[in-house]
Amino acid sequence: MPESHVRSHPEEPPAFDGASAAPAAGGLGVGPVEDLVVGDGSGRRATGRRRRPKARGLWADAWHDLRRNPIFGLSALLIIFLLLVSVWPGLIASRDPLACDLSRSLDGPAPGHWFGFDAQGCDVYTRTVYGARASIAVAVCATLGTALIGGVLGGLAGFFGGWADGVLSRITDVFFGIPMVLGGLVFLAMTEAEGIWPVVWVIVLLGWPQAARIARGSVITVRQNDYVQAARALGAGTTRMLVKHVLPNAVAPVIVVMTIALGTYVALEATLSFLGIGLQPPTVSWGVAISDASDGMQFRNAPHILLYPAAALSVTVLAFIMLGDAVRDALDPKLR
Amino acid sequence: MGRYVIRRLLQTVPVFIGTTFLIFVMVYALGDPVAGLFGDRAPDPGTAARLREEFGLDKPLWQQYLLYLGKIFTGDFGTAFNGRPVTELMATAFPATVRLMLIALVIEMVIGVLLGVVSGLRRGRGIDTSVLLLTLLVISVPTFVTGATLQFLLGVKWPLVNPAVSTRATFGELLLPGLVLALVSLAYIARLTRTSVAENARADYVRTAVAKGLPRHRVVTHHLLRNSLIPVITFLGTDIGSLMAGALVTERIFNIQGVGYHLYQGVLRQNSPTVVGFVTILVLVFLAANLLVDLLYAVLDPRIRYA
Repeated sequence: MPESHVRSHPEEPPAFDGASAAPAAGGLGVGPVEDLVVGDGSGRRATGRRRRPKARGLWADAWHDLRRNPIFGLSALLIIFLLLVSVWPGLIASRDPLACDLSRSLDGPAPGHWFGFDAQGCDVYTRTVYGARASIAVAVCATLGTALIGGVLGGLAGFFGGWADGVLSRITDVFFGIPMVLGGLVFLAMTEAEGIWPVVWVIVLLGWPQAARIARGSVITVRQNDYVQAARALGAGTTRMLVKHVLPNAVAPVIVVMTIALGTYVALEATLSFLGIGLQPPTVSWGVAISDASDGMQFRNAPHILLYPAAALSVTVLAFIMLGDAVRDALDPKLR
Repeated sequence: MGRYVIRRLLQTVPVFIGTTFLIFVMVYALGDPVAGLFGDRAPDPGTAARLREEFGLDKPLWQQYLLYLGKIFTGDFGTAFNGRPVTELMATAFPATVRLMLIALVIEMVIGVLLGVVSGLRRGRGIDTSVLLLTLLVISVPTFVTGATLQFLLGVKWPLVNPAVSTRATFGELLLPGLVLALVSLAYIARLTRTSVAENARADYVRTAVAKGLPRHRVVTHHLLRNSLIPVITFLGTDIGSLMAGALVTERIFNIQGVGYHLYQGVLRQNSPTVVGFVTILVLVFLAANLLVDLLYAVLDPRIRYA
């Protein structure tokens, strides 16, 4: 039964509890990953109880669940749209985000400029569309970096145990002691670097222990499972065990936590930019736009300059939180 | 219980050393404290060298760190950019921030737990759905957007409160900033309590309490709530960190001259003693809060003590 073992372990994805995911996010808290989706989803879960015609693996099973989840569909569509726009902003915005006309500063909506103009007389619609690129680029790069470094280090530490595991656990403890916005503030201010890369680096530097802790816990649970012991008994090498047995079964919690983290990293970039230490103008990003708008309450007479970038940012964060939540529900057999 | 406390205390020591060292390295290895003293001008090499020697910056990093750590334990955090000791700056900065965080903590605990209990006991009804939708909304809108918006609406459009906080930063003035700071954590607490209450409401001991004929409010407060609050208490420990980060943002919006303000000034002027000192204290508070939470956790849940 090469497939059924994958699904039949009730304690499979460990460390899904909020406490383990909460701290590393610093100010913006991934928070408890508790049941973020509206409703208790009982209608959806009922489908899982139906008699299934053939056995499915963990991933096929999760996909079976996800396809029937409207929240997953909605958030996935939103995210695909956001990714497309951030790669090709020209698809839906034809103007140049840096072409501004000071004489139209803070003007309201006009034909062809439905979102109005910001303080510099730039078209708010164009800048909101182009802002997706920097915000999402930072979040995606930071998430990939965090997941890779944290996942590999945490996974190996969990698998091999011993002194390396002890050292890694102490290091993660240390990083958990520094709230992310606080660490980011110190790091970015002291390096005085500009552009998106320093922001990515600081998030990876402060965020990897979160991924490492999740991966470690997950691998430790999987390692004790019978099929890993069986593979060892049959003479499988370390590499084969890691790649064929541990990786596919332990990666689920990391994916879930990182999806939710992606949303919070979008918000984190905006927060750092708001504090004046993240991205700087002329970079076009939602954080920079919101920071400009709230500087000296410029939005007082022109609410649109705060509203649109803030709405774009919030919808993005929401989409990633909902997606991560839906995936978590689908991958967690305990909920069935 | 005594052994648990001692073990937990000992665990905090390496973490404290690690975090303070990390911050120290970030500030002293990445930035240049001496260049910061000269502002925008290029430092004179002779003066710079003399200053480096005076502040002990010519020694290897680990030696500087040990010297610094030694000084901290005697209560000496160095001098700020204006020549005053950093501790003096702290004395003016911390009261405002502590007040702000206390207000936020009280608001998120009271309202968060209340909302959580109400929606958890009425799972699936209208009030439950609206609490879930509202909290999801609050979680996805960043603090600085809600802060600026509420400041505009309540402070400028319908002038109910003063939009900026004076230097005295009284409790009354800090109510709105405290609410802004509390919002995101409040949403998490409400959701956490809801899940936990809904789960425990089906537990055997609750059914027993009801069967004994206890009044409903007693079942909820004495039986259900005590067990449901354990995850909330755990969350509070990590939440102190988020509140600190949130306080930086909130203080910026409402112009409160607290820790965030001074930290930001220190960062702008590259004044390392101020930055390291303030961040060290914040990390200490964070570690202490987590220690307290772990001890509280052991009081609430006897299984932890004997593990």
